[in-house]
Formats: sequence, C-alpha cells, structure tokens
Amino acid sequence: MRSAIFSYCSDPATLETFQWMSCYLTTGKHMAFYVSFGTVLLLLAITAPTALMFGFGGAMSARARFAPLSWLGRGYIAIVRGVPDIAFFLFFVIALDQGIEYLRHKVKCPDWDQPIRQGSDFIVCDIAKMPLGDSPQWIHETYGFALAVLTFAIVFGAFAANVLFGAMQAVPRAQIETAEAYGMTHRQAFWRILVPQMWTYALPGLANLWMVLIKATPLLFLLGVEDIVYWARELGGSKTAKFTAYPHPDWRMWYFFGLLVFYLAFTRVSELVLARITTRLSHGQATLGGEAQRKAS
Amino acid sequence: MSCYQTVQDYAFRAFGYGERLLPRSDFTLCEQFTLIGSGMMWNIYYGTVAVITGFLFANLLAVGKNAKSPWARKPAEWFIFLFRGSPLFIQFFFAYFLFLNLKSVSSIFDPLSSAWLGALIVLFLNTAAYSAEIFYGALRSIPKGDIEAADAYGLTGWSRFRKVMWPTMMRLAWPAYTNEAIFLFHATTLVFFSGFPAWRQKGDALYYANYFADKTFNPFVPYPILAFYFILLTLVIISLFGVINKRLNRHLPQERRRKLRLRPNLIR
Repeated sequence: MRSAIFSYCSDPATLETFQWMSCYLTTGKHMAFYVSFGTVLLLLAITAPTALMFGFGGAMSARARFAPLSWLGRGYIAIVRGVPDIAFFLFFVIALDQGIEYLRHKVKCPDWDQPIRQGSDFIVCDIAKMPLGDSPQWIHETYGFALAVLTFAIVFGAFAANVLFGAMQAVPRAQIETAEAYGMTHRQAFWRILVPQMWTYALPGLANLWMVLIKATPLLFLLGVEDIVYWARELGGSKTAKFTAYPHPDWRMWYFFGLLVFYLAFTRVSELVLARITTRLSHGQATLGGEAQRKAS
Repeated sequence: MSCYQTVQDYAFRAFGYGERLLPRSDFTLCEQFTLIGSGMMWNIYYGTVAVITGFLFANLLAVGKNAKSPWARKPAEWFIFLFRGSPLFIQFFFAYFLFLNLKSVSSIFDPLSSAWLGALIVLFLNTAAYSAEIFYGALRSIPKGDIEAADAYGLTGWSRFRKVMWPTMMRLAWPAYTNEAIFLFHATTLVFFSGFPAWRQKGDALYYANYFADKTFNPFVPYPILAFYFILLTLVIISLFGVINKRLNRHLPQERRRKLRLRPNLIR
C-alpha cells in the first residue's frame, strides 16, 4: 500500500464516511490536484507581468511615428478583435512549437535536404527537436508550461496593449506640449511625463483584464498542461474497486462545483483588492474619483 | 473530386447530412473551407438563440437588480455574480456533469446532456447575466430629467417603464450590448471543448478546424479559415446591431447620436 498521511488509511474499505473522506482527499493524486492550483497561480504570476510587457511594447509601437512600426502595433491590437480567443490559444501553441523547431532546424542542420512538411508530417532533424527526445519528463512539462505562458502573454498582451494605448491617449495633450515647451525631447516627454501619468487611466482597464485573465486560466487544459481541470476530470470519473482502494461513482460534478467555488472566491477577493488599489491610486488625482474623495474628506 | 462535389457532400455535415466519413487524407483547401463553414452553422445557432432568449431574461434581471425589495434584488445580484464571476469553461463542465447526473434520475432530462440543448442553456444563462449587468448600468444612468418628465406627464409604473425608461435604457446600453453579443458568438466555440461530446463528429467550426490542424499538423491553414469566418460573422453582427442602434437613436439630433464602436472586450 502506498504511504498515507493518516495511519488508519491502510484499509479504506473498513472506514466510516468521515475517515474514509479524510483518507480519500489526501491520496497522492489528490495532492497533485492541490499542487495544480499552484500551477494556476504560478501561471497568473508569470503571465500578468509578461502580458503587461507585451502590451506596453504593442502600445508603444502603435504610437510610433514610423508608419510600418505603427501598423505592426495596430495590427497586433486589432487582430484579437474579430476572432475567438480560444482559436488563438489552439493556434499559437502549435505555431510557436513548430516555429521554434523550424528555427533550430535551420541553425543546427543547415545541410538537411528533405522538405520539413511532408504531407501530414512536420519533420525536423533530431537535434532540433524541442525539447530533445531523450530529455527527462520534467523538461517536457516545463517546456509545455512555458509555451502556455507565452501563448497567454501574446493574447493578453494584445488586450493590454489596447488598454495602455487608450490610457496613453487619455493623458491630456497639454501635459506633453508643456514638456516639449521645456525643451524635452520626444523620448524624454514620453518616459518622464506620459508614462507616470497614464497608469490612473489604465487601471480600470487593467483591473478588468486581470479578472478576465483569471477566468481564462482553465484554458490551460486545452494547451495540454495538467491543470485543475485535467485533475478534476481525472479524479472525478467513476472508479471501480478493481483499480483503486477508493471506489466511487461519477463525482465529476462535485469536483467541477469545487472549481466553480474556487473561481468565484478568487474573483471576489480580486475585486476587493482592486477596489482598494483604485481608491489608493485615485487619491489626489485630477479625475472624478479623486475629486469625490476630496469632497468626502 | 471537384470542389462542387465536396460542397454537396459536406455543406451540412455539421448537422449530420451528406457524407458520413470526414476526409481522412489529402485535405484540400475546399474541404477545409466547406467543413469549417458547415460547423459555423452551429455557432450561429447557439449565438442567435442564446442572444434572443438571453436578452429577454436580462431585462428581467436588470429590473430585478434595480428593485428596492431584497426579495427581487438579492437573487438577481447572486445570479449575476455567479455567472460573471466564474469561467464559462468551468460552467460548461459543471453543467454537463450535472445534466449527466440528472439523466440517471429520469429520462425527461435526456436531451439536456446533448450539446444542442445543454450547452444552449448554459450560454443563455451566461449571456443573460452579462447583459443584465450592462442593462443595469444603463438603467442607473438614465438622465434624471427623463424620469421627472415622465412623472410630470402622470406616467407611473409599467407605462412609465415601457414608454420612457426602457427605450432610454436600451439606447444607452446598446453599444456595450453589441460587444456582448459579439463575444457571446465567440464563446460558442467553447462548447465542444468542454464536456459536451460532438456526437458522430457533428461539431462546430472550431471542432473541425481543430480536426484539420490535428490531422495535418499544420495550424496555418484551418485556423486562418476559422478567423476569416468569424471576422465575417462579426461584421454581420455589427451591421445588424448598427441598424437597431440607428433606430434607437433616431429622435436625437445628428451630432448627439452615439456611434457604435467595437471595443475588444474579452474572454469570459
């Protein structure tokens, strides 16, 4: 028998409901399920700043005076509009994987003469495979996770770019003109005047984006990461006594109910925290929110 | 096989008519266009029915959330929080397994666990919650003068709501509601990626696009085709909603009419 947390778990079939539950909920697989909540939080912690960086780059290039760069930025923002985001997720995960392997193939095997696409196959030389065929399991998982993060960052970067672009436009024009009248260059005015001021305008949009990002995390499942949705399906399915010490009927409904509650609690906590940040940030600002605070005090 | 033949075979494949077997090798561009387009009909079905039914329920919810009595307000608030606070993806999964459990209780619930009804109910409830929040916001921002004018005319209760408040609420909410409708149509692609099975490979556009991407291991053809269809659909929705928007604003002077602006709003 596998090692268990509670000593009485050695023979689950004889246990009372409560003890049975406490044993059942602490099996190795359930531990992996709890760890996968950490995976979701890790994804959020990495993706949010990365997407913000992508967004900042996108917004900056959309504002660029050099026309092709501006088109690139605007195109990046516009492309997420008309198309379902889930299609982007499914697309980018394969496209990124193939793109990386293609580049490695070109660099590492320059004298490969067969075509890469042969009918329904995508064939690159062995040392260009990502990750290498003989690497351990954890590298495969980390690589998959990294691809997922990059995909999320690209898609949400476009949303963030749109928010930041709007925020940059919302900073009063007179501020920039004043900066230029003081002899600042275009670059200086951007970094010293525009960027510090735009965050108040960007915050409502970014707060909304954070909520949306939370709600997009179950899509990790579609990208092949073993996340909470994967485990909920895996653990909830009906088990017979033949394969497990804890036989039970189909409990997937209850597992997904748990996930539903988890997400509701998570969004609620985020809402409260974001409301607090908004109050803090609009303190002393020349906006409606700041004005209301001034009057109230 | 000519392209005309392919269209004949697969144009209604998503509903189970025509050729039973999906193409298995040597995929042509024509096959991909036809099948993904065939799947689009499911997206249009889910989107249209959910938007229309959700619209009606959303009005009720918005008025409920605005009510003074906690008996009407609390349920509406909770309903809206429940569906806006959790991912649609998880809602689909939960609903599917819930329907499976109901199925074992009584055979009345059988159709619920198939996608055409079960997923539609989830989409209906979800869009009702999102739209209700939009309508509620619009209801709260009806100009005070409008209500005072209605009072001055002696309008009260239902006739005040019907003749003054509701048209203004619609007018204010419409641009945001257009976005909601667009993203509902996008959300319909999630149906066959959650619990709901595609029976006999009768799936929606993304289901077929994913099928081709899996078989050819080449995402660069099917997904752009899907994108093309969805951009087309988005344009159709915008123009339809634009006509209604024009009608809602027809009493206003030209410069005060609000143009529809597409804002990229988001996944649920």
